[in-house]
Amino acid sequence: MTTTQHPPAAPASRRATPLSWIRAGGLSKLLFALPMILVFAIFSWTPIVRSVVMSFQKTNLLTPAEWVGLDNFQAVLNDPLLGTAVLNTLYFAALALVMGFPVPILMAVLMSEVKRGKGVYSALAYLPVVVPPVVAVLLWKVFYDGSPDGVFNTILGWFGIGPQPWLQSTSMAMPSLVIEATWAAAGGSIIIYLAALLSVPPELYDAAEVDGASIWRKAWHVTLPQLRGVIFVMLILQILATAQVFLEPFLFTGGGPANSTVTVLLLIYRYAFQNSLGGNYGMATALSVMLAGFLAVLSWVYFRLTNRWSTS
Amino acid sequence: MMSISRRTAAAGVTLAAGAMLLTACSSGEGGEAASSSDAGGSKVELRVATFPPGADAAAYEAFATQEAQFEEANPDIDVIGVEYEWTGPTFAVQLAGGSLPDVFTVPFTDSKTLLENGQLMDVTDEIEELGYTDSFNPVILDGVTGADGHIYGFPRQAYAMGLHYNRDLFEQAGLDPDDPPATWDEVREAANAITEATGKAGYAQMAINNTGGWQLTAQTVSRGGRTQSDDGDGTYTSTIANEGTKATLQFLHDVRWEDDSFGYKVDLDWGTINQEFAAGNIGMYTSGSDVYTALVRDFGMDPAQYGLTVMPLEGDDPGTLGGGDIAVVSPTVDDATKAAAVKWIDWYYMQKLMDEDAAVADASALAAADQAVGTPVLPVLSRELYEQSQEWIADYINVPLDQMAPFTDRIWDQTPVGEPKGKTQEIYALLDPVVQTVLTDKDADIDALLAQADADAQALLDQ
Repeated sequence: MTTTQHPPAAPASRRATPLSWIRAGGLSKLLFALPMILVFAIFSWTPIVRSVVMSFQKTNLLTPAEWVGLDNFQAVLNDPLLGTAVLNTLYFAALALVMGFPVPILMAVLMSEVKRGKGVYSALAYLPVVVPPVVAVLLWKVFYDGSPDGVFNTILGWFGIGPQPWLQSTSMAMPSLVIEATWAAAGGSIIIYLAALLSVPPELYDAAEVDGASIWRKAWHVTLPQLRGVIFVMLILQILATAQVFLEPFLFTGGGPANSTVTVLLLIYRYAFQNSLGGNYGMATALSVMLAGFLAVLSWVYFRLTNRWSTS
Repeated sequence: MMSISRRTAAAGVTLAAGAMLLTACSSGEGGEAASSSDAGGSKVELRVATFPPGADAAAYEAFATQEAQFEEANPDIDVIGVEYEWTGPTFAVQLAGGSLPDVFTVPFTDSKTLLENGQLMDVTDEIEELGYTDSFNPVILDGVTGADGHIYGFPRQAYAMGLHYNRDLFEQAGLDPDDPPATWDEVREAANAITEATGKAGYAQMAINNTGGWQLTAQTVSRGGRTQSDDGDGTYTSTIANEGTKATLQFLHDVRWEDDSFGYKVDLDWGTINQEFAAGNIGMYTSGSDVYTALVRDFGMDPAQYGLTVMPLEGDDPGTLGGGDIAVVSPTVDDATKAAAVKWIDWYYMQKLMDEDAAVADASALAAADQAVGTPVLPVLSRELYEQSQEWIADYINVPLDQMAPFTDRIWDQTPVGEPKGKTQEIYALLDPVVQTVLTDKDADIDALLAQADADAQALLDQ
């Protein structure tokens, strides 16, 4: 029995030795953590460090790399397509914010008011998240078919509206991408907001009701302030995700038509892989490092600004 | 102490499990090692490119027959077929990741840069030994010869650009499928008629993944223009803003916006346009003359619907853009695998071009598995040898040659023109948005687009 008892805590003044560290369970802790440390080191940290190193090199991964200083960063900044990609990414982020951000909050609030079959609604809302992203995009490509027989165009036809070039027009392609992205991602956010709504004390609603508050006033003055912390976190997560949007432009349009959906990540991909002869991995990693740096700074500033407004 | 040792033991087990997981993850390396000669030294394992993903089972049956024939003749080599398709993005990744087969094919346009980068195996001695260095068309051999005079690949197949059309849609539109359009104006008229009669795209063109630039270049050449000039000292000058390119873009604009016979898809590439054409949704499009094999084998096209004619030629000094590919050996293989690779290339790709027995064996194996035999290509050796080989395999030819007669009867009268040499794929990529703009913007300023593309291309060439 005595073997299962924890030894008494060592006095603070006692000197830590390797033996005492082992006796305190240090070795077993390290051994437990080692597989994870190895996996992270091999699959996460090494590629990150190599990317940073590669951003200062010229390499085709076969012949020896050559140090080129800041040339890659300079080449990226001189690329006329960079401005287009940044603007397109900002446009995607803005559209996703306007179209996509309020939708899950609204859906979660409405669903929380449902008394029966809440599970069914939750499952339905979460379903798009379960569909593999590539399958979802291919499915939506069928919906977006620009011919009069396309799914969406057929529906529009019922209302006397002519066929729309969903993905084949420079002005409509990006909004079309955002609609699918919103559909695909909303489910996860709805579940998080639903969980957060459960933590809102019911007394607050009771008190508001006693004061004669309407449902909208309750939502505005009780629900939203209580969700503030979650909303701030979700907002920065969405900004980070939209700044790195790749899947939709890559699979839907390949950046077209006429570069109207080229995003920063797609540009990185193009630098690395579009040229069949080895690609410009230096420029690709340079732009990746710049993007990561920018997002890190953005996140830090965002948390500094929102910290005082968030609930603890 | 006992509690510590129990925890340590548990941690040890966890660590061992983690190590096993990592070992499992790294098993790919073992697979790569298998590509070189095996430890026993009895057999060399050779990973060779077969077909693009999506090829039908019969194609693999035919390949299995040929594989067995080769292994019987070379009992010390174990051939392993690997699915392979040349596409810009995946090729670069496979090359960098070391997952390319030991023997694969690359287009002419990339061979020069690859060999200059040291990314292809030197096969000069092997070609000399096989004794057919002098048999190659010198222009084609130049594409695989490095600055050091060494040869880095086996040119195995060439094609000329052609106009492919759907005979069924022609008939439905009241057009004669045996008398296809011979001028670009006639192409436009036929496209119009097809769309009016069937509602399908009368004419379509590739526009993404570098294929937009490729086809724009091909049609520029057919109108007498050139997108690049070779200065002869290793430098090139962009000539994109020429009348041929302008006329091509104007043609696309008019088909799309004035006639409305382009259809709704402006985001097609080599694979998707083949798919659409094979499904009967496109009346006409331009692509390499050898695409029939893929249309039937990979996209399930009904051969009876297929028609092929030459590119319409206009203007001064028009020509037909040609291309093709070469069989090469991965630069990372050992000597034994290299020797096996050369044997395979000689047996699988080359002998059928110059030896009657090999040609007949190849054709009979393909025909037995119901694979296309006799698809029109251009000779990488001499025209005489090519025509001779067609006679050898005449009994096995199963492609509808009558439906390809408008092409095969006239192609020898057209001037072959090679693809631009400087930064070929990058400039094709740069031209994609130009094609897309014309197809998506009714008011596109073609002159301004060309001026910008010309300046961008020259900047690339000057790098």
